[in-house]
Amino acid sequence: MTRPDRIDPARFAGVGGDPTRGETVYWASGCASCHAAEGDETRTVLAGGYRLATEFGTFVSPNISPDPVHGIGDWTLPQFADAMLNGTAPEGAHYYPAFPYGSYARMTDQDVADLWAFMGTLPASDVPSQPHDLTFPFNVRVAVGGWKLLNLDDDWVGPAGTEELERGRYLVEALGHCAECHTPRDATGGLERDRWMAGAPNPSGKGNIPGLTPAQLKWSAEDIAYYLETGFTPDFDSAGGSMASVVANLAKLPAEDRSAIAAYIKALPEAK
Amino acid sequence: MAFTRIILTSAVIAATAGLAFAGGHGGNPAVKARQSHMQLYAHNLGILGAMAKGEAEYNADAATAAANNLVAMTELNQMSYWPQGTSTAELGEETRALPAIWEEGGFAKAMEIGGALNQAAIELAAVAGDGQEAIGPALGAVGKQCGACHEAFQQPRN
Repeated sequence: MTRPDRIDPARFAGVGGDPTRGETVYWASGCASCHAAEGDETRTVLAGGYRLATEFGTFVSPNISPDPVHGIGDWTLPQFADAMLNGTAPEGAHYYPAFPYGSYARMTDQDVADLWAFMGTLPASDVPSQPHDLTFPFNVRVAVGGWKLLNLDDDWVGPAGTEELERGRYLVEALGHCAECHTPRDATGGLERDRWMAGAPNPSGKGNIPGLTPAQLKWSAEDIAYYLETGFTPDFDSAGGSMASVVANLAKLPAEDRSAIAAYIKALPEAK
Repeated sequence: MAFTRIILTSAVIAATAGLAFAGGHGGNPAVKARQSHMQLYAHNLGILGAMAKGEAEYNADAATAAANNLVAMTELNQMSYWPQGTSTAELGEETRALPAIWEEGGFAKAMEIGGALNQAAIELAAVAGDGQEAIGPALGAVGKQCGACHEAFQQPRN
């Protein structure tokens, strides 16, 4: 864990971003779930304002639209990469891990650049970002450095023996940040890797996020892929809660990507 | 004529008694009504979904019938399904209907989603007879509205 807080800007000097590829990264990464304006059916006006109520207080997602004043339009690509891969803001502050950079840390530089290029094509919003409403001691931002030291780990967890599994693993563990909700956390707030995707208390409400390990989820790979496309379970109930929003994003991916996610889920190791 | 009516009446009483019995511990009738409505959605969606996924052989008549049922169901008046005092706040585990439905703007939003669901079902019914590959996208559009309502108003299953 010696990852520097700051990326050397030279690392991105030769990485050109492609907005078309970036759109796939955008939907796979679920940015819209927290940052799209309420009621925005296009899910592309990233005005923020989504309130994530947790036991630490309420996080309010910021404006990340291309507006240069209220959004992130005046950032550089290396600054964006610092945010995505290190959880570090342009002025050097730590982001709270409600922003799932612990997962995005696994992204390729190319995908970061493509995403940045795509986000630059989205509408600007001049809605100001709202402050988080956190309780002590969680309102002490500098403490997040300790969390990072303990828990920021971009090693892969699941298997990737085939090309499809490798793509699925990338979509789940890096972009989709599925483990942020589906994996239980230890006392320090870090993901428990030996109970990967084994289910966890809902971080923002009552009840539990279901476990997806083979012992817990009996659906076929086709059922999982179909659920991610339509929200329909095998018995044709329909996804609710935060997962409905996840489905709205994943429905925009190519079918092969949903199949790859399903293949990865079917290959998950059992919880220890 | 009178005889037929008696038989029908008896049948209705028997069916009603059966329902009451199936209800077991009483339970809120409005909750049972809306859950039954959702169950009927699931049944008809399942017929179409099995064809869309390729698990069942495509049958134009069966697909059209199921889609028409969905259209009809989206046009039923649900006023009596959603009385005050029947959210998770009052009934706990008996329902997954969140209080947000009864809060300011809740019904208006639900009605808007209901209207979009009706449109999506009509479009599904229009193409359900056109072949297996026509069902998938149209069914996906229906599912989008199911998800929109559940996301806003339904407590996720544990």
